[in-house]
Amino acid sequence: MSTATEHVGHDAEHAHGEHHHGAPAGIKRWLFTTNHKDIGTLYLWFAFIMFLVGGAMAMVIRAELFQPGLQIVEPNFFNQMTTVHGLIMVFGAVMPAFTGLANWLIPMMIGAPDMALPRMNNWSFWILPFAFLILLSSLFVEGGGPAFGWTFYAPLSTTYSGDSTALFVFSVHIMGISSIMGAINVIVTIFNMRAPGMTWMKMPLFVWTWLITAFLLIAVMPVLAGAVTMVLTDKFFGTHFFDAAGGGDPVMFQHIFWFFGHPEVYIMILPAFGIISQIIPTFARKRLFGYASMVYATASIALLSFIVWAHHMFTTGMPLAAEMFFMFATMLISVPTGVKVFNWVATMWRGSMTFEVPMLFALAFIVLFTIGGLSGLMLAITPVDFQYHDTYFVVAHFHYVLVTGAVFSIMAAVYYWLPKWTGRMFDITLAKWHFWCSLISVNVLFFPMHFVGLAGMPRRIPDYALQFADFNKWISIGGFAFGLSQLIFLALLIKACRHQGEKVSDQVWEGAEGLEWEIPSPAPYHTFDTPPVIK
Amino acid sequence: MKSLIYSSIATVGLLSAGAAFAQTGTKSDPYQLNLTNGVTDISNQVYGLHMLMFTICVVIAVLVFGVMFVSMYLHRKSRGAKPANFHESVKVEIAWTVVPFVILILMAIPATKTLIAMEDTTEPDMSVLVTGSQWKWHYKYMDNDVEYFSLLATPREQIGNRYSKGENYLLEVDRPLVIPTGQKVRFLITSDDVIHSWWVPDFAVKKDANPGFINEAWTMVNEPGVYRGQCTELCGKDHGFMPVVVIAKEPAEYEAWITARETEQRKAKEEEQRLLAMSMSMEELMSEGERVYNAACAACHMPNGEGLPGVFPALKGSSMALNDIPGHIDIVLNGKAGTAMQAFAKQLTLSEIAAVVTYERNAWGNNTGEMVQAKDVNAIATGQ
Repeated sequence: MSTATEHVGHDAEHAHGEHHHGAPAGIKRWLFTTNHKDIGTLYLWFAFIMFLVGGAMAMVIRAELFQPGLQIVEPNFFNQMTTVHGLIMVFGAVMPAFTGLANWLIPMMIGAPDMALPRMNNWSFWILPFAFLILLSSLFVEGGGPAFGWTFYAPLSTTYSGDSTALFVFSVHIMGISSIMGAINVIVTIFNMRAPGMTWMKMPLFVWTWLITAFLLIAVMPVLAGAVTMVLTDKFFGTHFFDAAGGGDPVMFQHIFWFFGHPEVYIMILPAFGIISQIIPTFARKRLFGYASMVYATASIALLSFIVWAHHMFTTGMPLAAEMFFMFATMLISVPTGVKVFNWVATMWRGSMTFEVPMLFALAFIVLFTIGGLSGLMLAITPVDFQYHDTYFVVAHFHYVLVTGAVFSIMAAVYYWLPKWTGRMFDITLAKWHFWCSLISVNVLFFPMHFVGLAGMPRRIPDYALQFADFNKWISIGGFAFGLSQLIFLALLIKACRHQGEKVSDQVWEGAEGLEWEIPSPAPYHTFDTPPVIK
Repeated sequence: MKSLIYSSIATVGLLSAGAAFAQTGTKSDPYQLNLTNGVTDISNQVYGLHMLMFTICVVIAVLVFGVMFVSMYLHRKSRGAKPANFHESVKVEIAWTVVPFVILILMAIPATKTLIAMEDTTEPDMSVLVTGSQWKWHYKYMDNDVEYFSLLATPREQIGNRYSKGENYLLEVDRPLVIPTGQKVRFLITSDDVIHSWWVPDFAVKKDANPGFINEAWTMVNEPGVYRGQCTELCGKDHGFMPVVVIAKEPAEYEAWITARETEQRKAKEEEQRLLAMSMSMEELMSEGERVYNAACAACHMPNGEGLPGVFPALKGSSMALNDIPGHIDIVLNGKAGTAMQAFAKQLTLSEIAAVVTYERNAWGNNTGEMVQAKDVNAIATGQ
């Protein structure tokens, strides 16, 4: 078997020998590319554009909430903004950004020449823009886009929704297909294309966390597809999955949705754990503490993620036994998550640290993600969750883990690997401005949300009681500042893509270890045609 | 890099400041930082759990971030730190797996006790059926012949910033729920359309109202007073505009209130039957109709009768409002299954429905000139 593979590989090399001179020029390079680096770049730019689009919607939300009363938008449009903001940030920004990083990095980290299924790779990217065109165009049809929250609870999303629900369903289907194909590619690549000597327990943690994430994706994206299909048939074809009058159950929708939704949460954070585990050792100049326990902790979190979903549903009137089970299971998640945080701190302990921009983002991640994790532990306690549920305390919690968690980790990753991709150091002054402006504004934005939530402000409301006015003003100011700070990032990225900046060495960062730091900077269009041997 | 350290210290400072201010914050304090203590034994327990969890989380955060910041200060390359070589320790790793596990068990015990108490809805002194619908609450006293709707009382002009906002802006209703203090009140919670959620923070009661299913919750209020909350499950356009207001009265006062209310409702029904014989003039119908329309219909069909295209149909120029009188009365009385159009038979009196149907047939250029009287509505309602 192994000889056969080598033979095919040899032939293919001959047949496509001309590609090895470099990338083809023009638009066709991007449309027809099967190169993991090109596709990685496409994913990352797509994610960043979606981040700005979703961010613009957040600005609309914050502008409306700047003061009490209705000023800027109607409640129905406000609901469309919260819904589409959530969908775009989850499916359009965070997930594609991680897939982009996976495309760029996994082959380079395991010594493979490319992803295992390059044509499928092309397709899994190129259907995404269509998914989001469909979703965004739904905002312009009569009655407007989806207005039922990104969680699209039935029957609000079925009997009581607009006709654009069909567009929403189809766009989610396409996103799901794209994610599943991306996940299959990651799994097949990691299983089959590791360089000789790259044993399981030698794989970089980013590869490990993505492998586990890919299994989560394959397990739960079909569940989401099932949920949206049932919404579609309930709304348009007379089924009653979620309608009690026809023998269905609206709470069953929530069970199905969150059986997807909770693993989805870890899909958006496990690769972040991988990134941080790559960056901290580099700038602490010390090996990652507890590599094996990191792998086991990641796997434990993934397994636990399948048995905690109903903690999103404590107020739905579940039986007491179920409430207790989901409370205990949810609390358990803090054990492996804690292990990770402790390991990162122990990696830094007695290291020799410097604080380059990727490290700044990684350190901010550890502190702010932990704050989000601790508020998550508070939310796990069922009797208190009755008070927190569906208030701004929840909004604060998941933005700490998703923005200062997932998004900060993506920014850390971009700053960490960007010099490897372009061969030049990014503009460090701009990067530091980006970091400090983001760090301060993101806390002005999300920290007071804890307070208004505890004081009783429900989420997803376009107008609020006067007692919440002062904090909401601060939250909005923080929001605008955080939004503007991302334009610094945009400027920096444009400069980097124009190949401005000082040339960097192959290793880029003193203390960086791994296969991707042994190839030239910028990384050539094709790497590891002959697999490296790992000692 | 000193600035990084200072900012990080500031982050921890923020957390501990949260702890310090935790005890402050009264009702409608614009800088209320913390959960309410509430007015029931359960809400007090919940508050205690919340503070316990919060304190444990702050301690963990201070310890973890403390070690991290010390390390960031001491183990800097610029200070000449040389990296150590260790990268695992089975003992340490077992310790920081087992210790958090033990802490979790210590948290779970009091939490479980409170949870069991909260879910024990047995042996209530009285029960109220709470029904959510877009965008109002309906309360039905199961032990008395009293039921009514409870709607947002904040004027549209305040929401639209044309009038200055009142003290209880968005947290005021026309008819609050009234319950006695010192008695175990059970709430049976359901919905007529989408999912809503009934929340009174001071009782630590939040329960979803699911269409087709009935949830249970209970409270026993210690102090008389007015307690305000909101719907907490996204339920469509006016989700932000369906507050919950509960007045807790001393039992004697409550008894007097419920008796008076019972008499009032019985008289209103008799009055309604008596009025059947009377006809109202076009002017009376239109002015009464406009009042009812703005209270009950304008949220969806809009004050100008044009609806929201693609979401809520227009009444202006619609064939039902121009032609089909029995169909028009029927849809207002009974709603339309499978749509957001709800049944108003229970919410409005016969003469109110007559007035609003007349209004819809003659406002915004729908100049049919037709009048509908209470007896016409009664005829359709009783199937004559």
